Amino acid sequence: MRPFTYERAASVEAAVKSAAQTPNAKFIAGGTNLLDLMKLEIETPAHLIDVGRLPIAGIEDTADGGLRIGAMATNSHVAADVRVRSRYPVLTQAIVAGGSGQLRNKATTGGNLLQRTRCAYFYDTSKPCNKRQPGSGCGALEGLNRNSAIFGASHACIATHPSDMAVALTALDATVETLSPSGQARSFSILELHRLPGETPDVETHLIPGELITAIVLPPPPAGGQVYRKVRDRASYAAGLASVAVAGGNLALGSVAHKPWRAEKAEAALALGSSPVEAIAAELAEATHSSRNGFKIDLLRRLVPVAVAQANGGEA
Amino acid sequence: MSSVLDWEATPNPVKENRAGNIGKAVDRYEGPLKVTGTAPYAYEVEPPSPPAYGVMVSAEIAAGRITAIDTTAAEASPGVRLVWTHLNVPPQGPRPERYDFFTPSPRPALQSDRIYFFGQQVAIVIADTLENANAAAAKVAVTYEADAPMAIFHDHLDEGVQPPGEQDTEIGDFAAGFAAAPVTIDDVWRTPLQNHCQMEPCATTAWWDGDHLTVNTSVQMVRFAQNSLAETLMIPAKQVRLLTKYIGGGFGGKGSFYEDLVLAALASRELAQPVKIAFTRQQMMHGTVHRPATVQHVRLGATPEGRLTAMSIMTVTHCDSRGNFTEHASNFARSLYAAPNRLTGHRLVRMDLPVASAMRAPGEASGTLSLEVAMDELAEKLGIDPMELRILNEPDVDPETGKPFSIRQLVRCMREGAQMFGWGRRNLVPGQVRDGRWQIGVGMAAAIRGNMLLPAKCSFSVDAHGVITVRQGMTDIGTGTYTVLAQIAAETLGVPLGDVRVEIGDSELPPAPGSGGQFGAATAGSAALDAGMNLRKAITEIAVADSASPLFGGPSQDITFQDGVIAIANRSERLADLIRRNRPDGLTADGEIRPAADARNWSQHTYGAHFVEVGVDTVTGEVRTRRMLGVFAAGRILNWKTARSQLTGGMIWGVGSALTEGNSVDPRYGSLINQDLAGYLVPVQADIGEIDAIMLDEVDDKANPMGIKGVGELGISGAGAAVANAIYNACGVRVRDYPITPDKLLAAIMAR
Ligand SMILES: Cc1cc2nc3c(=O)[nH]c(=O)nc-3n(C[C@H](O)[C@H](O)[C@H](O)COP(=O)(O)OP(=O)(O)OC[C@H]3O[C@@H](n4cnc5c(N)ncnc54)[C@H](O)[C@@H]3O)c2cc1C
Ligand code: SF4
Repeated sequence: MRPFTYERAASVEAAVKSAAQTPNAKFIAGGTNLLDLMKLEIETPAHLIDVGRLPIAGIEDTADGGLRIGAMATNSHVAADVRVRSRYPVLTQAIVAGGSGQLRNKATTGGNLLQRTRCAYFYDTSKPCNKRQPGSGCGALEGLNRNSAIFGASHACIATHPSDMAVALTALDATVETLSPSGQARSFSILELHRLPGETPDVETHLIPGELITAIVLPPPPAGGQVYRKVRDRASYAAGLASVAVAGGNLALGSVAHKPWRAEKAEAALALGSSPVEAIAAELAEATHSSRNGFKIDLLRRLVPVAVAQANGGEA
Repeated sequence: MSSVLDWEATPNPVKENRAGNIGKAVDRYEGPLKVTGTAPYAYEVEPPSPPAYGVMVSAEIAAGRITAIDTTAAEASPGVRLVWTHLNVPPQGPRPERYDFFTPSPRPALQSDRIYFFGQQVAIVIADTLENANAAAAKVAVTYEADAPMAIFHDHLDEGVQPPGEQDTEIGDFAAGFAAAPVTIDDVWRTPLQNHCQMEPCATTAWWDGDHLTVNTSVQMVRFAQNSLAETLMIPAKQVRLLTKYIGGGFGGKGSFYEDLVLAALASRELAQPVKIAFTRQQMMHGTVHRPATVQHVRLGATPEGRLTAMSIMTVTHCDSRGNFTEHASNFARSLYAAPNRLTGHRLVRMDLPVASAMRAPGEASGTLSLEVAMDELAEKLGIDPMELRILNEPDVDPETGKPFSIRQLVRCMREGAQMFGWGRRNLVPGQVRDGRWQIGVGMAAAIRGNMLLPAKCSFSVDAHGVITVRQGMTDIGTGTYTVLAQIAAETLGVPLGDVRVEIGDSELPPAPGSGGQFGAATAGSAALDAGMNLRKAITEIAVADSASPLFGGPSQDITFQDGVIAIANRSERLADLIRRNRPDGLTADGEIRPAADARNWSQHTYGAHFVEVGVDTVTGEVRTRRMLGVFAAGRILNWKTARSQLTGGMIWGVGSALTEGNSVDPRYGSLINQDLAGYLVPVQADIGEIDAIMLDEVDDKANPMGIKGVGELGISGAGAAVANAIYNACGVRVRDYPITPDKLLAAIMAR
């Protein structure tokens, strides 16, 4: 770990101000991802701004019947919230499908969205990785890439975004609220938060440097059933091989792209009356794969129709 | 030399078990320390003065040489005390041609510019704080000239050579028997490289007092490590005190020791200051040892009635470029089933990979994953219940050596397990049972693992309070050694368990070989029993000679030890009173055990039967175990609770071997892909469901004076095969390439 300085932000405004003024500063919330990366010197911030105790940890009803989830609300807190459980069960299911109880107790809503990939070559600093060290190459491309992307990958990076929660939020059409370094509040669709890798996989979001996520806003739940299904190597505490969030007619896929993947083609096909089998086939027509992750295509072809049926009251 | 007949001598308090300490589910002696976080593991031991901290730098190529190491920036980094590479590390004893677990020899660190495997340690940085050492270690700049590593095992299977000093074993004429067999199985199974993943990484705290070294480290074999370290440092062994009091898992991976120990010793001498060095989790994966991958070719031939006529397992495995370790995946088959024509053997491929070595049940853990599935396949071909097929081929004597079995209750394990598990309700046709999205199947497999006894010593003391102290250079790697030694002492001297102290994990104590090969409890415990009997004798002599004792005059042979009281007929006194009068400073007796000269006249093993129920989601290829039962016959059980934990722990590892565990090599770098516990998946609680282990009543009087045997490695043997067989019963497909992950199972299901 590299030496760094630390401050605990007194307010949301102070946090953003400090981030704007201090070179190479990073926010730290639960720390469950950032600290691991710092120990391995994958992240080497010179200054940490602790936002973990900022008073933006509540969950409140919005005027239109949705929910505003503070960025510091812990994953456990959100998953257990009665309103979330009853109106957004896909979100609870997705959160509890991730990590372990201890991690979810620390992990925050904002931090979860911005967690970095679990690509093994990203974690091994002896290997080339364009995301960790731009221009060094991509170790996974010709390597052991069983868990890499099948949508939107580039020759520079085939990593996936590992968050489960974000997949559910994507299916739920969530909005992200931020405070930018200039002090201006912004809000935009979660679909616009993460980027595809392109030539610059080190740039993972459309956030302005130093911009703080302050809340996630959920619109009223869409009509129809919801479910989150995650396929993994072991029953708990494992990254997904692929996952799907169903919320009414909305579909999002996880562990398949550099961002939570909204399956718009499949949704469109469903809306036009296609069967779930045909709908996911339409989405997968665009999928590409590397040497070892082709199974994800078969997996989704089989999983998504089952999940849609389950959301609509089929067998669990 | 002694005979097993000597072990029938009486009295034998362990066999008599009057106070009932033996077999009881006694809580762990050191349990409260561990669960309250107050047991000092090696890295946490407080040295006599503030320590410096070391961080190792590991090679980032798998083969080649170091052309330059620039340590200037590291040396200038804040707090740095010392930076060593192969260019300036102090002289050490030379590395021998061959290594093994029992012969001490030097294990020098940072020896040359040559790199033999990815993750080999190439430098050490010592600084005033761990943070400064870490920061400086990142500044060591190493330049390599890399060779293309030979790292794809499956491309070099034909290059396997006979392991040194070994031959294939053939009985009868396997080729002819197999060719003539009306029903055959001929398949290949693959098992992956596995890492031990002990909770506690290897770590050492070392300091010197003049020319005497004290090291606190995490190793399974005390005396071996002490002697090897002394030879490495080129000093007499008596100048090295090695302590290893609490060990956070070993599993064979701490059978030897690594650079943390050697470099901490050298650096603390150089700096005249205590030094702490620990491996990181990432360094554990490459820099210690692993279970190598295997490819196993199994051929079975049988009559239509189900009698095996031919049986063969030929294993190809790998080790490092300078090694000899062989994963003997074929060996167990030599004693398991009767068949007149048999062929077993191994081929070893030396590769540019990290060092291969023993991991829990070396041989059996991998080997049962093939043969015990092949038996399931054969049973199906024959239309015979897989358990009945095994019973049909149960041998009367060891099928290879013709020796009698010391005791063999394998059939009873299977029959009792079948009844408890409900094996009879198994659906013979795969893929018939469903529970929601899960297709349900059950499978079974046999378990076998050898049993050993090694030479060991022990001492017992009693003090003026009647408290017994057991002293032995033994280790407890989380298995329960402290606890079973206390039980043996309490039973032997007739004192309450609370009046026993156990001191182990110290090279100054009477030597025992340590923990490994499931010989620990039998070996250490037998020496303890002998020490206890000698202490009884010494106490008796004092009592009958002490005119102030009610026991004065004897007869000695009638003495009893019970509840802290010694008695002859109706004359008695407290043990503490006798000792206080006669030996206020306490009384000590030594004991020892040696293997009996005739012990090898019997074929001696531990046995078991596994029954598993799994669910398979045939949409996703996910497998979850739902129910597991193991029934085991492993001699007298010293402690129901710790033995059961060992057995269920092994069974859980079997689930991991079947479903999740394995590390893949990226051949371009010769390095392993999984470098932490988020990537290397061992089973978690949610993977296991219901689990139980039953231990049959048994005494093996050919094993040792207590009639006990090991359980540490038995549970894993066969467990994974039972899972694989259950998967077949659930969904009708077999994956012979472990672990059976969703991607592989899905491909098999889709190809069906
Ligand atoms: C072993 C392990 C297994 C895991 N398994 C899963 C899993 O199965 N599924 C899953 O979804 N997740 C999994 N996780 C990831 C876990 O969910 C994340 O680590 C956690 O959600 C991150 O939240 P945090 O608050 O701790 O973030 P931190 O570690 O504090 O921060 C993460 C990043 O977000 C930035 N950040 C934090 N808050 C804000 C904010 N409000 N505004 C702007 N930037 C911010 C930080 O600067 C940092 O870059 C796993 C983690 C571990 C260690
Ligand atoms: S896939 Fe992306 S994260 Fe992984 S090695 Fe390639 S560039 Fe790095």
